[in-house]
This record gives sequence, C-alpha cells and structure tokens, in this order.
Amino acid sequence: MLTLDEVVQRLKEVLGDNFLEEGEFRGQRFVILRKDGVKEAIKLLKDLGFNHLQTLTGVDYLRIKNRKARFEVVYQLYSIEKRLQLRLRVEVPEDDPEVDSIVDLFPCANFLEREVYDLLGIRFKGHPNLKRILLPENWVGHPLRKDYPLEPEEKPLDFIELKKLNEELLKYGIK
Amino acid sequence: MPENRLSEPEDPFLSVLELQMGPQHPSTHGVLKLHLKLEGERIVDCEPIVGFLHRGLEKLAENFTYPQVLPLTDRLDYISAMNNNTGYCLVVERLLGIEPPPRGKYLRTMVCELARIASHLLWLATHALDIGAMTVFLYCFREREQILNFFEEICGARLTVSYPRIGGVRMDVEEATLEKVYNFLPEMERRIDEYEGLLSENRIWLERTVGVGVITAEEAIAYGLTGPSLRGSGVPYDVRKHFPYDAYPEVEFEVPVGKNGDTYDRYKCRLQEMRQSIRIIRQCIEKLPEGEVVSELTPDLDMMPGGRMLKAEAFNEVAFISFLQEAKEIFPKGELYSAVEGAKGELGFYLVSDGSGRPYRLHIRAPSFIHISAIPKLAKDHLIADLVAIIGTLDIVMGECDR
Repeated sequence: MLTLDEVVQRLKEVLGDNFLEEGEFRGQRFVILRKDGVKEAIKLLKDLGFNHLQTLTGVDYLRIKNRKARFEVVYQLYSIEKRLQLRLRVEVPEDDPEVDSIVDLFPCANFLEREVYDLLGIRFKGHPNLKRILLPENWVGHPLRKDYPLEPEEKPLDFIELKKLNEELLKYGIK
Repeated sequence: MPENRLSEPEDPFLSVLELQMGPQHPSTHGVLKLHLKLEGERIVDCEPIVGFLHRGLEKLAENFTYPQVLPLTDRLDYISAMNNNTGYCLVVERLLGIEPPPRGKYLRTMVCELARIASHLLWLATHALDIGAMTVFLYCFREREQILNFFEEICGARLTVSYPRIGGVRMDVEEATLEKVYNFLPEMERRIDEYEGLLSENRIWLERTVGVGVITAEEAIAYGLTGPSLRGSGVPYDVRKHFPYDAYPEVEFEVPVGKNGDTYDRYKCRLQEMRQSIRIIRQCIEKLPEGEVVSELTPDLDMMPGGRMLKAEAFNEVAFISFLQEAKEIFPKGELYSAVEGAKGELGFYLVSDGSGRPYRLHIRAPSFIHISAIPKLAKDHLIADLVAIIGTLDIVMGECDR
C-alpha cells in the first residue's frame, strides 16, 4: 500500500534540485517545487494513481514579506482509489510568469488554467487556447493581482456635479 | 460576384455552419453561450463561452472580513445555498481548528440535504422541460416550494439563506418545524415514485436520454466531473464519504452509482440520491442531540450572534476596528483546501490566510465551471437537440460558474 511519505520521497528522488520543501498544515501535506519540475511531478503523480485534479489556482504573494517568488500556482491532487491527497505549490517568479500547461494530462485543467491566466496573468506554455475566460477580451490588467487598483482612475460624476453642469449648460441655452 | 456564385454552388449540407447558441437561450440555464460548428444538424465542434455573470467574488472576498464573505457564498449556487455556506464555514473552522457542537452539526447536515433535494427537484423540472415533459416541471416546483417554506421557517430566507455560520448555525430550529419536516419526508418519497412513474419507462424519455452524452469512468475523472455527473459513470466518489464533515460520518447512507455513464444513468443517480437525502434527514431528526448550536470556542466575530440574541454593540465601528486588530492573534497563518459535496458536485474552497482578519486569497472550485469545460467532449457528434439534454444532465448553474 502506497503512503504519502513514499510519494513525497519518490518526488524528491525524481525532481532533484526542483524539489524545494515539504510541509503540513492542518493535516494536509504539501510540497513546494520550482516551476521547471511541474510537468514531471504531475506526470509521476498521475502514474502513481493521483487521477483527480481537485483544483488548480494561483496566488499573488506580493504583500507577504520574505518570499523569493511573487506568484504561486497550486495543484490539489487526489487519488480516488488510494484516498491520498497531496498539494503541489509551484513558485513562479514575477519576471517570467510562465508554467508548463498540464492540459494534455488533465483535460479539466483547460478552463482552470485560462482562469489563472485571466485573473493573475500567469501564462501556461502549451495550452491549446490560452485567452481570457471570465473577463471580456479587451480588459486591461489582471484583477486578482494585489497591486490592481480597487478604485477606477476616473470616477463617474456624482449627482450634485451633474446638476451644476446641467445648470451651466442651461445658461447658454443648451438642453 | 453573381457569376461566380452561379458557377460554384455551395452545398449547404457539406459546408460547416457556425451557430451561436445563447447567451439568452431558455435551455442554457442562465447566460451560457455556445459557439457551435455544425455539419447539417450534427455538432462537429463546440466552444463554451462563459463569464457573462462574473461578479468578482474572489476579489471581493479578499477585501471583506471572514464573516462578511459568508453572504457572498449564497450567490454562488443560489439553488442550494446551504451547501455553499457550509463549505465556506468548514474551511474557516478548519483554519481556526474548531468544530461545531453536535446539535449544530446535525442541523447543518439536515438543511444541506434539504437543499440538495430542492436543487435536484429544480434540475429534474428544467431538464424534463428541456426535453419536452411539461408536467414534471409543475410537480417538482410544488415540492420545492414546500422545502423553501421550511427554509423560511428555519431562518427567514428562502434562497439566500446564510443559515450555517462559522462554528455552527445561526439559530436553533423549533420543534414544530422539525415535526413538519419529518412529516414531509414520507410524502416526498411518494412524490419521487410519482416522477419515476412519469419518466423512467416513458418511451420518449428513454429515446431522448439513453445513449446520449456517454462518458466512460476514466474520461469522466480526467475531465474533472464530480457529483452525480461522475457517479453516473460508475465511480463511487462522494466527498461526504471520502472527506467526511459535519454529521455525515454518524448517519447511514449509500452512494448510488450508474453503469453506462449516459444521461439516463445520471438521471437515475440523482433520483436515488434524493431518496438517500430523505434517509439522512430522517436520521438527523431522530438522532438530533440537545445543546448549543454554536461552538463556544468560536472567536467573537461581529456576525456571530449567540443563539437568537444579536449583539448590537458589536456592530459599531469601534468594535469592528478592534476586531480587525485582535484578529491577528485569532487566525493562524497557512493555507488549506476543503471541499463539500454540493448539489452539483465537489464544491471546494482554497483559503490562504496571512493571519489578518480577512482572507488573503479565497479560491472557489466551482463544479459547474469544470463541468462546462466537458461539454465539447460530451456533445461531439450529437445532434443539436441532444445538446440541450447534455447541458441539462450536467446540472450547471451560471452563478457558480462565473462567480
């Protein structure tokens, strides 16, 4: 019977330098990887029976101090037969936000990767159709980044200003 | 030019026709747009276009306190809001390391299962209507109305309930209401028999559903299907069994699975699931323990009333600010993923906490979002009329998909 310790050990052996750290929080195991090892790691885990990709998402760690990489892409994997759960956290630096796509291994990653690209601006190499999904195609910026402005640069005029403008226009006979 | 057109007539039956289905289309269950490529009436390719209902819930959640996020989760899958609330409360409870008291757990399980029945009823109603059975629609809405009335009695709201809270539920349920729910269960069982009598051996229903949208077990897992859509293919994956939460480990129920992975099997699965939900609710009411409904260890968050009492002074600004400062000691740093079995499938929350009073990042794994990405696979080589059945069988709701 395969245990999580063995799985993590196998990952460590196969990935070598790309394996950075392992840990546990509230009973959930996670490993932190360099972004070059993503595809290899997920392929290995799929062969070991981790067949259900529970979720794929991204986090922007801009506001948290003492971190090497700004972004993180998270893969939550589960093995339905063996009942093992493992989280892969992949560090993605700000200057080159690009990760290998895993759509060919897990077709359900298609929309999830597009969502991460749309909201966080992390590109996925080898994705068949990488374009915005939730926001309109002409949208500027990536809203889930922590430096995305919360208020618009140009605020719409409020009622009192509009009323003044209207009165001024009425002076010149414009309705 | 006219001469050219005459000399080279294009055969409309051989060329590929592009068609936009939606976003305003009665059988897309909301604002889903499908970009279809057709050969005659056969679907060659299909691209779903989503995002028309995007409200930025994940960004909003980053700027709200933990209790303030709770009403946002009502607006995900607005048909079974109880499940969404429970999912969010669970992830925060697991972050804090607390558990609701037994009565809170049982009440939460009971309302979750009521919401599941309501959601499956709405699914059956609209699915049958899409395929052409009008009567079932009216019957299903009659029963759904009763469940919504129970919700109104329990918490005062019908759809956007916010009844489960961090550390338990908002308030206790009265004995009279519990009795009403208990008496409703045998009636509901009879009603399910009625629906089955209307549909299960109906020749039109069989011709429209058997062999439509077939997906094998391996493909279904790879495409990320969860919930009844996955179990129709014969995979017994249920979050209630694999990651037990609330009172589910203490009640008996089975996970119904299908065999062929077609629309008919998924229909059968959901009807069986409704029977199992009734079984769970019955056990919950029979076993319901006495005691508090909110955990005593719950930190004094400003939206957490104790019992039925509201602490008015907690709503003033000073208390609110002090809460944010104190929160630094309440919430630990870390990140965790926690899922519940929503009515549509696995509803997961990935929460990153930086130790402050607001979630640093809250990602919602919406089953509908992932199910929609499987539509091109399911719809290939089917007729347009079958596409309507396929959208119906996946049981999607756009509020959850677009977030």
